[in-house]
Amino acid sequence: MRRALLLGWILALCGLAPLAHALTQPQALSVAQGETDDRIAAIGKLVAAPDERTAVLLQALSDERVKLGPDQRVLIATDAGGGPFVDAATGAAVTLPPDASSSLEDVMLNNRLRGELDGALAALHLSSADKAERLAAAKALMDAGGDDARVALLDTAIAKEQDATVLGALKLARAAALAASPEAAKRLAAAKLLGESHSPETRLLLNQRLSDEQDPEVRRALQRSLRAVEDTLAWGERLGALFTGISLASILLLVALGLAITYGLMGVINMAHGELMMIGAYATYLVQVAFRQWLPGWFDAYLIVAMPAAFLASALVGAALERTVIRWLYGRPLETLLATWGLSLVLMQAVRSLFGAQNVAVESPSWMGGSLALLPGLMPGFALPANRLVIIVFALVVLGGMSLLIARTRLGLFVRAVTQNRPIASCMGVPTARVDTYAFALGSGLAGLAGCALSQVGNVGPDLGQSYIVDAFMVVVLGGVGQLAGTVLAALGLGLANKALEGVVGAVLAKIAVLLFIIVFIQKRPQGLFAVKGRAQES
Amino acid sequence: MSSHPSKSLRPQRRHALKTLAVAGALTGLNLAALPAFAADTIKVGVLHSLSGTMAISETVLKDTVLMAIDEINAKGGVLGKKLEPVIVDPASNWPLFAEKTRQLLTQDKVAVIFGCWTSVSRKSVLPVVEELNGLLFYPVQYEGEELSKNVFYTGAAPNQQAIPAVDYLMSKDGGGAKRWVLLGTDYVYPRTTNKILRAYLKSKGVKDSDIDEKYTPFGHSDYQTIVADIKKFSAGGKTAVVSTINGDSNVPFYKELGNAGLKAKDVPVVAFSVGEEELRGVDTKPLVGHLAAWNYFMSIKNPTNDAFIKKWSTYAKAKNLPGHKDKPLTNDPMEATYIGINMWKQAVEKAKSTDTDKVIAAMAGQTFSAPSGITSKMDEKNHHLHKSVFIGEIRADGQFNVVWKTPAPVKAKPWSPYIAGNEGKPDEPAKK
Repeated sequence: MRRALLLGWILALCGLAPLAHALTQPQALSVAQGETDDRIAAIGKLVAAPDERTAVLLQALSDERVKLGPDQRVLIATDAGGGPFVDAATGAAVTLPPDASSSLEDVMLNNRLRGELDGALAALHLSSADKAERLAAAKALMDAGGDDARVALLDTAIAKEQDATVLGALKLARAAALAASPEAAKRLAAAKLLGESHSPETRLLLNQRLSDEQDPEVRRALQRSLRAVEDTLAWGERLGALFTGISLASILLLVALGLAITYGLMGVINMAHGELMMIGAYATYLVQVAFRQWLPGWFDAYLIVAMPAAFLASALVGAALERTVIRWLYGRPLETLLATWGLSLVLMQAVRSLFGAQNVAVESPSWMGGSLALLPGLMPGFALPANRLVIIVFALVVLGGMSLLIARTRLGLFVRAVTQNRPIASCMGVPTARVDTYAFALGSGLAGLAGCALSQVGNVGPDLGQSYIVDAFMVVVLGGVGQLAGTVLAALGLGLANKALEGVVGAVLAKIAVLLFIIVFIQKRPQGLFAVKGRAQES
Repeated sequence: MSSHPSKSLRPQRRHALKTLAVAGALTGLNLAALPAFAADTIKVGVLHSLSGTMAISETVLKDTVLMAIDEINAKGGVLGKKLEPVIVDPASNWPLFAEKTRQLLTQDKVAVIFGCWTSVSRKSVLPVVEELNGLLFYPVQYEGEELSKNVFYTGAAPNQQAIPAVDYLMSKDGGGAKRWVLLGTDYVYPRTTNKILRAYLKSKGVKDSDIDEKYTPFGHSDYQTIVADIKKFSAGGKTAVVSTINGDSNVPFYKELGNAGLKAKDVPVVAFSVGEEELRGVDTKPLVGHLAAWNYFMSIKNPTNDAFIKKWSTYAKAKNLPGHKDKPLTNDPMEATYIGINMWKQAVEKAKSTDTDKVIAAMAGQTFSAPSGITSKMDEKNHHLHKSVFIGEIRADGQFNVVWKTPAPVKAKPWSPYIAGNEGKPDEPAKK
């Protein structure tokens, strides 16, 4: 089936371009080398009369797999790692002497050439047999915008197109290409048609045309289209802003959840909480390195191992801290604060000695890159970054798991009992010391999970914890110590408020404003959003 | 120190003092040469943060100085004397920079200091070196607006980095940018650079409404709103972003750019503080095509640079430097440090003395064959190097492809003509 399609495509290509001739070595060289203007002209010539090798060469150029051999031969690496080479003109495999790899010269691209190549490749794909590929090509040409030379190409494609969706995209692409036409009538028609587009790139195109346009009638049409496009995009942008707030909230929540146990429930002012996150992030890094080393085929799945690893690593460190230092200091908040502060410095220096002061690179799995377009028909331009989306879901899962653990399990019951009334719990036979260790380990483990999540959006370095510890305390204190619901609400509120303010006054002032708000709020309501009622609070 | 200690306490206190002194000596001089050398060595101060936030960037400069000192000593030293490094750690703490400088100049009596990275640390050191007539070599690109007779600036002034970068982005090959986002960390270097750039862009006919200036706090890690704003702003016309974001905030910024699908060919970002070292912690695949402007890239091919990289790799392996022993990287401030110490050596030899004033006089017009491929020259008057400017594009392997460079080395203009009030200022430090 696929072979038949391919054959059909090649036939169609031959039918389209009767002038097609084999790609020659000088042609390939002219694309790979020289002044940018000349290379662009050479690409244009190749696209006007394409053959199979042209498509391969242009694709390889765009993937940066093309090299210049010692005798001015243009070579294409067949895989991204630089593997076996084939000759660009003939397609024949080339065996190089073993020491030749250093004499190969990289073919350089700049951003202008990259744009041209995208356009050229899209033009070649216009006659593809695959509908999705044609649609993508039409959209890419549309984004490439005002090039008069592409109109003929698009006209032939439009004449042959059967599918309504692709046809619509092709017409828009044609309008985009015509928008810079020297004839005012054509420009006017194009300007009117472009208003139907839902792509953010159209806005750029319309704005650019508007700044150059002299004809008043075309200007009016352009303005009308611009308004139409902006209206369709407006909702997507508003939702996007809301999403950034929720995304920040999810990170704040993850960062604060562990602290909600160690500080909120147990009352330990744990200044080393940030460093426990840092340990989780380093555990993630190590798992990632291990996967790359030994299981490269499963690299995309490394997070599944990294999550429990991060949890365990931080929980173990947390348990060790509790056993050795913190358990001697219960009920002495000032000493705890100092001791955990010291511990945080020790942990940071330990990591610095082990891994170096430099940040380490944590590569996200490929499925966490890019973004997800929701309702592309209704809300064009509204796409959610995949990694943020994953973290929101992750935060919700962790939150759910933790609230179940605290509310429904025996351990949760013991933790609540011990924190509410230690002597009575002890009288009832609850092993309070062990419960303390478990609870602290749980809080630390949650910090580890937060570190695992943070490694996907930010830096992983010895100082990672320092930048989040203040936020974590802010959320817990604002929410009300000992209250999970308060922590969730505070995280959400701070996230949304921070992002809403940032959009108006900028990041620096937004941060200051939020801090000021919290100071005032805590002055007025020291117990936070939610207060624990009852006698436990007074003791 | 001791007022009237009771007799029984005295031995203990003295003991404690001694321990303190030993500890101080250990931290201060942990790599100093053996005391036997003390008489016939020249002391060289190294003032880079080895802990705290700036350790990431500065540690490697300390190692560069040590490498150069090893190299010079292996060739017989300067004026027949070996160089002896005195390393102090100002710990990314700006007032501590001034204190450590005073210690280096008055207690250790160093002949010269190599140090500082952030402008705020340089500003803190400046009054001390001027008061004690010391000598400081500052190796990092900065905002200009300063000229001290006691400082040699081996990094770039704004006209040797920022302005050529903007010129490139305005050119056809750079994309012909019409609108500009000036994005930076909120402190003196980005603010001043952006002030200069704004004035420069205006002189090129860019309207105020086409310039968007934004700042983030140090260590900012959530760039969602900013990237969304850039995306929106870029719909109004061909946009370029000039980033003076400093330190590791760059990583989340570039990650966000990649996620938001802002490609370099649509909205190129040119960065002034992002080099090989900063990209070490980043997955660079989504960043291919974004730009950086520097006076040196590791990927520049010439024999001097090959030798420089080889020297560094060997040194990093021999000294087991974390990170660099497996993946040695060189960058612009390292090159500037290396040029600085070699020029200082030449100047001392020319002056036949380490006396500050004689060395300052001998520095004028010194030349050195720089790894960037040019013969670097110290200006006769203004204490800055003449430098070539390179624009590099980020490659998938974290290195840079040079896509543009100035035809000849550019003379530094520390007093930017684009800041009001700079017109009449002399292009040389005031004589005291």
